[in-house]
Amino acid sequence: MKLTKTLLATTALTVAAGVSATAQEMANSMTVVSWGGAYQNSQLKAYVEPYLAANPGVSVTWDESSAEAVAKMRAMNEAGNVTWDLVDAVASDAMRLCDEGLAMEIDHDEVLAAAPDGTPASEDFGQLIVSDCFIPQIVYSTTFGYRPDMLPAGTEPPDSVCDVFDLETYPGKRALQKRPIDNMEWALYCDGVDKDDIYDVLSTDEGVSRALAKLSTIKDQVVWWSAGAETPQLLADGEVFMGSTFNGRLFSAIAEQNQPIEMMWDMQSFDLDGWVVPTGLPADRLARVMDFLMFATDTQRLADQAAYISYGPARASSAPLVGKHAELGIEMAPHMPTDPANATNPHIYDYEWWADNRDDLDAKFQAWLAQ
Amino acid sequence: MSAMTLTPIEKKPLSFALPTICAAGGFAGLFVGTAHGSGLIGVVVGAVVLMVLGYIALQILGPGMERPVRWGIIALFTVAGVLLAGVPGFVLGGLFGWFFAFFVYWIGEGRYRANLAPYLTGGQVLWHYAFRVICGAIFVFLITPILVVMPLSFNAQNFFTFTPEMLRFDPAGYSLKHYQDFFTSSGWQQALRNSLAIAPVATLLSVSFGTLAAIGLSSEHVPFRRAIMAILISPMIVPLIISAAGMYFFYSRIGLQGTYFGVVLAHAALGIPFVIITVTATLVGFDRSLTRAAASMGANPVTTFFRVQMPLILPGVISGGLFAFITSFDEVVVVLFVGSANQQTLPWRMFTGLREQISPTILAVATILVGISVLLLITLEMLRRRSERLRGMSPG
Amino acid sequence: MSDTTDTGPVLAADGTPLKRSLRRALRAQKMRALALIAPLLIFVLVAFIAPIADMLFRSVENQIVGNTIPMTVEELRDWDGADVPDEQVFRAMFFDLFLAAEAKEHTKLGSRLNYEQSGMSSLFRTTGRRVDNMGKVFQNAFKEISPQFDDAQFWFDMMSGGAGAEGNARLISNQIGRLERLEATTFSGDVGFVPGAAISDILPNTARAYAAFAAFTHFVNEDVVSEKKPWEAVHAALAVDLEEPATAAALAAYDGPGADALRQAAAAELPPIDMKAAFVDANKDWSRIEYWQVIKTYSPPYTTGYFLNAVDMEKTTQGVALRSDDERIYGLLFKRTMFMSLMITFSCIVLGYPVAWILANLPARKANLLMILVLLPFWTSLLVRTSAWKVMLQQQGVINDVLVWLGLVADESRLVMINNQFGTIVAMTHILLPFMILPMYSVMQTIPPAYLRAAKSLGATNWTAFWRVYFPQSVPGIGAGSILVFILAIGYYITPEIVGGTTGTFISNRIAYHISTSLNWGLAAALGSILLAVVLILYWAYDKIVGIDNVKLGG
Repeated sequence: MKLTKTLLATTALTVAAGVSATAQEMANSMTVVSWGGAYQNSQLKAYVEPYLAANPGVSVTWDESSAEAVAKMRAMNEAGNVTWDLVDAVASDAMRLCDEGLAMEIDHDEVLAAAPDGTPASEDFGQLIVSDCFIPQIVYSTTFGYRPDMLPAGTEPPDSVCDVFDLETYPGKRALQKRPIDNMEWALYCDGVDKDDIYDVLSTDEGVSRALAKLSTIKDQVVWWSAGAETPQLLADGEVFMGSTFNGRLFSAIAEQNQPIEMMWDMQSFDLDGWVVPTGLPADRLARVMDFLMFATDTQRLADQAAYISYGPARASSAPLVGKHAELGIEMAPHMPTDPANATNPHIYDYEWWADNRDDLDAKFQAWLAQ
Repeated sequence: MSAMTLTPIEKKPLSFALPTICAAGGFAGLFVGTAHGSGLIGVVVGAVVLMVLGYIALQILGPGMERPVRWGIIALFTVAGVLLAGVPGFVLGGLFGWFFAFFVYWIGEGRYRANLAPYLTGGQVLWHYAFRVICGAIFVFLITPILVVMPLSFNAQNFFTFTPEMLRFDPAGYSLKHYQDFFTSSGWQQALRNSLAIAPVATLLSVSFGTLAAIGLSSEHVPFRRAIMAILISPMIVPLIISAAGMYFFYSRIGLQGTYFGVVLAHAALGIPFVIITVTATLVGFDRSLTRAAASMGANPVTTFFRVQMPLILPGVISGGLFAFITSFDEVVVVLFVGSANQQTLPWRMFTGLREQISPTILAVATILVGISVLLLITLEMLRRRSERLRGMSPG
Repeated sequence: MSDTTDTGPVLAADGTPLKRSLRRALRAQKMRALALIAPLLIFVLVAFIAPIADMLFRSVENQIVGNTIPMTVEELRDWDGADVPDEQVFRAMFFDLFLAAEAKEHTKLGSRLNYEQSGMSSLFRTTGRRVDNMGKVFQNAFKEISPQFDDAQFWFDMMSGGAGAEGNARLISNQIGRLERLEATTFSGDVGFVPGAAISDILPNTARAYAAFAAFTHFVNEDVVSEKKPWEAVHAALAVDLEEPATAAALAAYDGPGADALRQAAAAELPPIDMKAAFVDANKDWSRIEYWQVIKTYSPPYTTGYFLNAVDMEKTTQGVALRSDDERIYGLLFKRTMFMSLMITFSCIVLGYPVAWILANLPARKANLLMILVLLPFWTSLLVRTSAWKVMLQQQGVINDVLVWLGLVADESRLVMINNQFGTIVAMTHILLPFMILPMYSVMQTIPPAYLRAAKSLGATNWTAFWRVYFPQSVPGIGAGSILVFILAIGYYITPEIVGGTTGTFISNRIAYHISTSLNWGLAAALGSILLAVVLILYWAYDKIVGIDNVKLGG
């Protein structure tokens, strides 16, 4: 730990020195796009505030538009007027942006700090670099929360994703995301498809019908959500018995808001969130963004973020540094989706497959929903 | 209006008053009864209690004792409420008591006939009041959702839910933290500043252009009047999502997307129909000979406009301006598309708030805004009265 | 005017005939009116009408295919669609795709075509990654033959035909134009390269590929052309040119820069050119006829495809047909939007009529106070009202709580009033009710109460008096309010999104989805156009029935 601190101090010094040397060419303001809410707050606390403290005179404007990042970046690019400097996006959006040439390709080893032990960034992030344009920050998961107080008397708490489809043992409404991704996979899995075959089955028309048929068994008990804040609200209100949402939202409702909710991690669907840099930035703004990125994605910063929200840091070297919650003082490691106890049966969702089939499946899914 | 009495009031016979009061009591008792297990017992108890109270009040004590009896009834119901349902019962009991105290005398003394024509039949009287009750219910429908969110803005938790503490009127369930959040959060304050920077400018644009155009449109010899009118009103008619998407693409192309000016332009366009509609409406009643008189006395058109026309159409202009202001101030779809981080308005923040982080701060903001709306509406009403005075119409 | 006939035309004060004078005055008045209107009209046209026209244009625009793969589109024109296209088409696709991949435009085309046929997106993406390798074979072969082919300056000299050679300026400007269309921008300035006229005749493919490379290097990468080694595609083009027996003959007589190396290459054994095999190897879907049919079907610059999709139809080889059952959604959504808007309008009439009546018949002071109750919700943030309805209607919400508390509903069987059509209708009725009350009120205010009394004094019952005398006079108000509410309702987006669940959403929600999530802007524009057409028809009807001038907002 002592070594880390010393190293960090040196890094900070180098960064500070670097800034003073090149301050001339760097823009003094940055527009950072993120998701708002507790997640953005964790970024503010862990990355932005320390950065601003080290770089007085720089200002950061937040734009809570990550949900429309691809649409807006495409329009900006069409118009040739890019107003964003750094965009927080989920991996699938980052891949789309990269494919369309809207996000800049990054040489991870060159622009990102190495781990404290000298491991280059590309190795430290490892497989999480799913696209050349993507700088991973966190691993999050879409998983389930439920209300133990709404369990029928004498029933065991749910411990499998298939309990979502079991209306007899677990009556009550469910909240599911209003999109085919994850839901189709869960449905097939619970319909007896082997985990490794899910995408093969889903590639056929029969597979799609089968998944929808499985979902049809609970359709009239489902409340469909589209915004991350909805499921915690529905669970807190007792509107639904169980619902899927991002694990950090559930953590916040349980630990910070003291709601009577429990987590169910089976078949949690892992996903990544990270930074992308738009193409076509002027040199001074780009220099500022790169300077910030070097700082904000180092090992300690990523570990710091975990003190505010229960998402797993994307660097392997950050995991041992994850400490306690900044306000509540509870250990954060057991609340991470990547914690071995939680990740016993995760579902890894196939970006490539969804990139291809999303439009088609979405049309079918929406038609099914509307019927 | 109490001064106006169409029909002399007279005491009704007990054979009419007691059954009516009794029925009302039974009806109220039904609800209290079902809430506590048995509707039937509730009906019987309610009917009997009210009949006894009515008999005592009307027959034994008489109208001379009205004031003490009314207080007595209120006290009785309040105590009963507390015994049945605690603190909420106290409030509800008080309200029930107040209503029945009034109702007993209103029926028994025949006061309900006071404002009605004497020749109306009983059925017509009943319909008259039933109609009022229906209208009252519709007004309740209109206003309840707004009233409901106000207490929620004092919620001590971060959810849109009435917590058990709130329902028990436990002070721990309430807090001012969401108001504090609004006044101290830089995000909300920036949004407020943006809203206040965008709405007035957009209003100014739509009011100045709109008023001129409305005056032009009101002249008798405008070619293509209908077509022009159709184009000018279209921002109100075209579905917002279409307007928003169109502006988004087009403004992106000409470099206005994400700029302050772009949002102002978009909002001004949305506000224009309101200005056109209200100003043309005032101009319909405008006496054209006034401008001719001014002109014949040597005033040039500009003087005529500011000294003669303007004061008379001012209420229309202001009311159109208020509509335009509210349009911009409450607009969310277009600003989400056309604006960027630096133009986040209050509705934008509310929208992202609802989506990303549900927090009653939104309700606190809404409560404050409703307060401002009430003030604005009262201003509008005063202006309307002033305009009627100016035009020499009697204010009803 | 009869008395003017014998005295001649009436003259105005300044001596001109009165008629002319009046006409001039009238014209001046017209001009003044128009001058007053003009600023606003121009403002609305620019700030509002133009954006909408611009967006609607996207519903038919389809230039991306022709701009991204122009040569392939050209080659496919003669394809009969019966069998997998021949080598010629694949070669055109190779050169098109290579440039598009360099410009990172090929995946946009993939996404575009994926709207019509799933799988196209990955087809273009995966192949885009492999096109470099397809050309690499030839690059290596040429390097083997002569190391000169690995030299940037050598290529530059060879293709420009040496100093002072006659240039083929049209070829380079064509390629710049193509790049401009591909990147949707305009470039100005000089590339610093003009292909030699003689070498362009002998090696047409190579010259074209090199010109494209030169334009791209100069404008996009902002590098100096003569310092950059040409792309693999240029080598492949050279191989294609050398494959022609006539080329060797023409080269024999050529003496420009690089002639020797070229002759050497022409004489050497080159790897066989089989782009078809290379493409199928990169992604086996290239051998699927239906994929090629989609490319051919959607190659014209304008398409009805989005509109067909918006009415649940699609283009097939047998012409236009309905989509399969499990993909039909828009017809249902349009019908539902219409049905719910009608329900909302109807509820607004039922609730608005008594309120408007009482407002119009109460003394002004009381009426104005009650009017505040109508206007207050009107002025409260739409988002707040919608969330309020959520709080009211949900199963653990205020209404259910009250009903349960009163014992009217059992705790286990709380009513489902939200996330369905009922929720949307209630919330939207509440939100749109003021738009019904205000026009009704302004009409009812003008109906003299004496008419009702007269009818009654003539012996009409209450009902007859109302139905035969009052109601017919209030119909214009109902008409005005109904059309206004209906028009506003069918375009609603936020409220159905929040309280509508799956069965209570409108077509606008799909439009928003296609704009911000699926990014199928063409389809969004097509759906929007249809919706706008419906609204405009209603608007026209409104104008005919009520007249736009007669819209009133309060007092």
